[in-house]
Amino acid sequence: MTGEFAIRARGLSKDFGQLRAVDKLDLDVPRASIYGFLGPNGSGKSTTIRMLCGLLTPSEGSATVLGVDVLGRAADLKPRIGYMTQRFSLFGDMTVAENLEFIAEIYSIPAGERRARIDEVLERYDLVEQRRQFAGTMSGGQKQRLALACAVIHKPELLLLDEPTSAVDPQSRRDFWANLFRLAEAGTTILVSTHYMDEAERCHRLAILDHGAKVADGAPQELQRSTGMNVIEVLADDPYHAQTAISSLPVVASVTQLGIRLRVLIPDAVSDALEQVQGALAEHGISADTHLSNASLEDVFVAVTLDSEDRAA
Amino acid sequence: MKALSRLMAVTRKEVRQMRRDRLTFAMIFGIPLMQIVLFGYAINTDVRNLRTAVADEANTHLSRDFVARLSATQVTDIQRRVDTVAQLEDLMRGGEVSVGIAIPPDFDRRVADDTRAAVHILVDGSDPTIAGIADQLRNLPLKFDTMMLPEREGVIEVRAYYNPERRTPVNIIPGLIGVILMMTMMMFTAVAIVRERERGNLELLINTPVTSAELMVGKVLPYIFIGLVQLAVILIVGDLLFAVPVRGSVLDLYVAGCVYIAANLALGLFFSTAVSSQFQAIQLTFFMMLPSILLSGFVFPFDGMPEAAQWIGEALPITHFIRLTRGIMLREAALGEMSGDLIYLGVFAIVAVTAAALRFSKRLD
Repeated sequence: MTGEFAIRARGLSKDFGQLRAVDKLDLDVPRASIYGFLGPNGSGKSTTIRMLCGLLTPSEGSATVLGVDVLGRAADLKPRIGYMTQRFSLFGDMTVAENLEFIAEIYSIPAGERRARIDEVLERYDLVEQRRQFAGTMSGGQKQRLALACAVIHKPELLLLDEPTSAVDPQSRRDFWANLFRLAEAGTTILVSTHYMDEAERCHRLAILDHGAKVADGAPQELQRSTGMNVIEVLADDPYHAQTAISSLPVVASVTQLGIRLRVLIPDAVSDALEQVQGALAEHGISADTHLSNASLEDVFVAVTLDSEDRAA
Repeated sequence: MKALSRLMAVTRKEVRQMRRDRLTFAMIFGIPLMQIVLFGYAINTDVRNLRTAVADEANTHLSRDFVARLSATQVTDIQRRVDTVAQLEDLMRGGEVSVGIAIPPDFDRRVADDTRAAVHILVDGSDPTIAGIADQLRNLPLKFDTMMLPEREGVIEVRAYYNPERRTPVNIIPGLIGVILMMTMMMFTAVAIVRERERGNLELLINTPVTSAELMVGKVLPYIFIGLVQLAVILIVGDLLFAVPVRGSVLDLYVAGCVYIAANLALGLFFSTAVSSQFQAIQLTFFMMLPSILLSGFVFPFDGMPEAAQWIGEALPITHFIRLTRGIMLREAALGEMSGDLIYLGVFAIVAVTAAALRFSKRLD
């Protein structure tokens, strides 16, 4: 049961009618780590998470979660995993304490330990003052903390979080991630989906999903090192015309504007990438500061999703 | 043991949420009170005080005596006196009266003649209940012979068993218990699952160790208690306002009530697993409501219905429950004498709750 991986999936696919939501996904999620799913809406993140906890039946492929085959024995898995839905799914017409009590009872936490467990998570997730407040009247950050408290009250080995920070402010997000690191240090495996680059960067490992397929995976730093792209940053007074000039180069894979900066991606195979960009700018009489840069996660994301668009085309 | 504690957790949660939902909580008492008063006072199949006009073309001692006797029955309320039958017809066409009494000029002679009708009673047949009273009037002890002959009243005597005073509430309320319990119980559970689906609670619940069966039974339990409270409210109000008796065993009545409540809750739960919005759930309960009221014997006599309608009626839980309540409350029957109806309700409840648990999959696809 204590294999190296908390989750192993091979060729996992899901079709909704004509639409292939998840396409032949292979996954290896190491234990006691935070594993991220990065991808835009509709990239198959939620569908994959739902297949992994047995909510959806895979159309093809197999998945083993905590040593249990999710296809036949999802019920055995339920007590061992915690799940946080994308949408707040606790009972708005019950208080924070009542919600926790209900979840604790559902997970069969012995009556003697229940009180202490509830107090512990109230304390840890800063909900002591909200104890008697109706869950429906709380702020986004408070709801999120309650959802996390409910998801971990039974000390699950694996935590599945489906876009947990989409409805909270940046401070709450930072606090939330601090909590996740603490859980991972204590041995919990965490699978979290997100569409925020900064969150993806915090994960130990990452899979980038696009149109249901995994287009890259690895540690964030590793992914950034191996984009297969020259990244050129261009600082121009007139970024709009600079972008037009650079885009006219046939070797350019993509140009992204960030304020007055442009991030230009040109495949590694092109050895004189910087010179070509400078040439194009000079030709159009645009003065700009250009230099080679390290790939950010966003560059990685752009680079790998470009590939998949090429494949689709 | 774990299963039981999870089941109780679901039940406690339901009670908690219900207590907070003030409107629903008020309806638990409001619906039976409103219905019982409404049905008890407003619905009256024992027709009295029909607006009546008389055209007494004979105007003899005998005819005036006849009109006086007719008036004394209280079935008719003589409001107009006219001269001709044509005037009577005009009044009826205009809707001013529902009944016309036409006494021909040769009334006295006709009374003495057994072969001819002495009086014509014109009835507004456009209203089915009023049409029905034509029979009531014919049966009145007014079959006139001359005053010299001994009166022939009492030739036809109608006696209503179990409700000798023919009071409508006594007939209505045992059936009304079935209607009220069906309305509230089925509605409660019909929205129970789908509401949690709409609010997003379900995705969380199905990811916990709670099983379908625990969730279903846990949701049904608190409502059985509420159903029994409603039953008590109806019986008490029925007794206080309308003196509706419970001649048989109250315990029998509660046993029957329990099984019937469970059957309705289970059916509602089954609906809830089949629909995708609360609105659809309400529509489905209304869809059940109409045949339950019309084909159960609550309004129309079961025996008088066409065979196909009787089959539908037999399938409905309310039909069996109304037989049980009328039997226990009015005929002083024991539950054992009507075990068939009770068994049907029990089987119905078990089948429906099983179907609901099977239909409710702990998956989203």
